[in-house]
Amino acid sequence: MTESAPHSTAVVAGAEAPPSSEVRGALRASLPVGVGLFPLGIALGVLVVQQGLSPWWALVFTSLIYAGSLEFVAVGLVTAMTPLPYIALTALLVNFRHVFYALSFPLDTIKGRPARLYSMFALTDEAYAMAVTSDRKTVSGRMIVYTQLYLHAYWIGGAGLGAIAAQWIPDNIVGMDFALTALFVVLSIEAVRAQRGLAVPLMGVTCAVVARLVDVDHMLPLAMGAFVSLLVLRYVLTRQKVAGDA
Amino acid sequence: MPESGYLLAAVAIMAIVTFALRAVPFAVLHPLRSSALVGYLGVFMPAGIMSILVVYSLKNVSITVPAHGLPELLAVAATAVVHLWRKNAVLSIVVGTGLYVILMNWVFG
Repeated sequence: MTESAPHSTAVVAGAEAPPSSEVRGALRASLPVGVGLFPLGIALGVLVVQQGLSPWWALVFTSLIYAGSLEFVAVGLVTAMTPLPYIALTALLVNFRHVFYALSFPLDTIKGRPARLYSMFALTDEAYAMAVTSDRKTVSGRMIVYTQLYLHAYWIGGAGLGAIAAQWIPDNIVGMDFALTALFVVLSIEAVRAQRGLAVPLMGVTCAVVARLVDVDHMLPLAMGAFVSLLVLRYVLTRQKVAGDA
Repeated sequence: MPESGYLLAAVAIMAIVTFALRAVPFAVLHPLRSSALVGYLGVFMPAGIMSILVVYSLKNVSITVPAHGLPELLAVAATAVVHLWRKNAVLSIVVGTGLYVILMNWVFG
């Protein structure tokens, strides 16, 4: 750390706050998001155990992959012994949107290589949303990293609790795994809202249903591959139309 | 049951792909910023991919067995309606899953 400012400068308006208050500030800022992340973590922990994996995998998944919707899909993929190339392709397609976060995430405000590496690793939807909506003048790079650490902790903590709690859910109660479907329904609604019209989501559903009928075991890569191909085709056709109109 | 070696390899692959997607663009910002196709995919891909995941998560539902997919249909509808109404992800998921558990255990069970 290069900026070990003496305490006296902290009283000057606009000076950087001492780290302890940043730790508390990040905790306060992260709590509303944590209220959403923690129960989802519990759902993931329950799913891991109900699918027959050891509870420890809930902690490994949440610590190392740290990408919510991919982790839910991953539980199903690994219990079905899906070949690794398909798993890599699924990870690529499910998380492709993260490519765009680099365009506006304030990584330049974060000092030190380890902090920057962690910040990129933990650049989830929630961390991105929090960082780009906060004020660059009052929120320091350190504060962003602390916030990311808290969000990561809510996620791991929720999954750990879910994995423990799952052992007390009676075996004859079925249907808890619907939480996964419900999560994707919610994410679909949010994603549909972020663009125009129903053409693209309907294209996705059609690809998925056809892929399901063709080959249930390879449904996900088939559906996603077909969808991305159609989307690129739609882009090319739309461009030509725009060029033709001009 | 999958063995630990396979599970670890799967976790490592997913971690690496996810990290690369988040980190590499910082190094190649400029061409990415100017690519119209990448921008287009950024707007439209999430809506399609998430819809595919909804269908994928229901892939083992059969409309020929007695319940005919009715519990899934009702629970998906309930999740969507609650979400469009309250815009609260946790509430939507809890209501949808709760309804599904009730339907599966005490109505269609």
